[in-house]
Amino acid sequence: MVVNNLLKSGFLAAFFLTFCIVKLLNFNLIAQQTYLQMKNKSLVSINDYSKGEQLKVLEAAREFEANPVQTILKDYVIASLFFEPSTRTRLSFESAINRLGGKIVGFSEAANTSVKKGESLRDSILTVANYSDLIVMRNPVEGSARFASEISPVPVINAGDGSNQHPTQTLLDLYSILKTQETLDDLHVAFVGDLKYGRTVHSLVIALCNYNTTFHLVSPVELKLPSSVKMHIKEKKLAYHQYTSMEEVIPQADILYMTRIQKERFSDPLEYERIKNSYILEKEMLHDTKRNLRILHPMPRVNEIHVNVDADPRAYYFQQALNGVYVRQALLSLILGIR
Amino acid sequence: MNDNVKELKVSAIENGTVIDHIPANAVFQVIKMLKLDDFDQMVLFGTNLESKKYGLKGIIKVSNKYFKPEELNKIALVAPHATIIEIKDYKVARKTVVETPDDIVAIVKCFNPNCITNKEFITTRFNVVDKEDIRLKCHYCEKITVKKNMEFT
Repeated sequence: MVVNNLLKSGFLAAFFLTFCIVKLLNFNLIAQQTYLQMKNKSLVSINDYSKGEQLKVLEAAREFEANPVQTILKDYVIASLFFEPSTRTRLSFESAINRLGGKIVGFSEAANTSVKKGESLRDSILTVANYSDLIVMRNPVEGSARFASEISPVPVINAGDGSNQHPTQTLLDLYSILKTQETLDDLHVAFVGDLKYGRTVHSLVIALCNYNTTFHLVSPVELKLPSSVKMHIKEKKLAYHQYTSMEEVIPQADILYMTRIQKERFSDPLEYERIKNSYILEKEMLHDTKRNLRILHPMPRVNEIHVNVDADPRAYYFQQALNGVYVRQALLSLILGIR
Repeated sequence: MNDNVKELKVSAIENGTVIDHIPANAVFQVIKMLKLDDFDQMVLFGTNLESKKYGLKGIIKVSNKYFKPEELNKIALVAPHATIIEIKDYKVARKTVVETPDDIVAIVKCFNPNCITNKEFITTRFNVVDKEDIRLKCHYCEKITVKKNMEFT
């Protein structure tokens, strides 16, 4: 009897152990497959990456944050092609590459390049691909990154194509939200300002549709979120609320994502003058918030967040910019298949 | 005047394809889309013909040519209710209607002047996101071209 029971327990233990091993192997296999799928895969639009792939990037970013200086890119040359000036994105990419020991070739504006002589983007990409293992590109022409990714023999990361896509910003926004909230699920995210033209807002809204987000959309009537973006929220049957002032939103929000309202977006300058101060965040407006509230901004800021907010522990926009380095390190390593 | 009599306004063909119920103002566009202006067999067409269903309509008859569905479906952009009739030995062998395809390649220009397809020599590609109102999402710049902005290459 005792022997029987022992045998039974032994069988059960062996079965449980085998089950765990199979599960673990399966999990590793799925993780391995995700890594393999991401190798050499260009990133043009945030929708190019599945939710699983986006989470892999965030997971890798966390590892790079813990250990940002490595030499894993020492044998790689990255082309950094900025056809229009950019401060944050370019320096963040270059910092990410340098901290991983990679070499950079490229330019920070098109003025002194063959583009000025009339060279096509096709020729520029095909030439530069000969000199590099990966291309990071910003170009003011919309769709240029998709086109480059289709003709380039090396992977392309879109660092912004006109008003279209800026997926690395979206990933660093997601990372900042994950880091400050310890989850991406079930959050109340308030977007404030220009929701019509802001590409960072559009991409982040679309990405957050994967995480059961409740959206609070604060903007002047002229700058409401376009229906093409709202369509994504509706498709996932998520809740969204629209407002024209931010006071009532602040107490509900886990994330307050501020954006700049530009004067040139208004046909009537008087209308701009009337509303411009309604979308400026000041410290005294933060008296009644959730403890976990964090304020994000894709930057550059002009006056939409008063400097008196900067020292507040809920202000997170400068750390957000730093997170961009870790996210870009993660992307470079995953796309080059180094992880 | 019934349909049969109207058909006779454009002579019958022995073998080939009749494309009927084309909006009167789209006949020449359909000819261009199907490259019939460069076709070496007999092509007959009529426009501003009376139609009970559509008011005025156009019709094209192409001798000795049968189209693949993917060749014909692209005309749904300008002739969404077109009827395709295959004729064999003067008789109707098959009758179908056009279906709006999921993707449109090389026919339409992207309305966004800042799209790469309007800057370099690139074949345009669109995903049809709304088949009823015809809304095309550019594969490159991701902007939506609607029917009123549609220009053909």
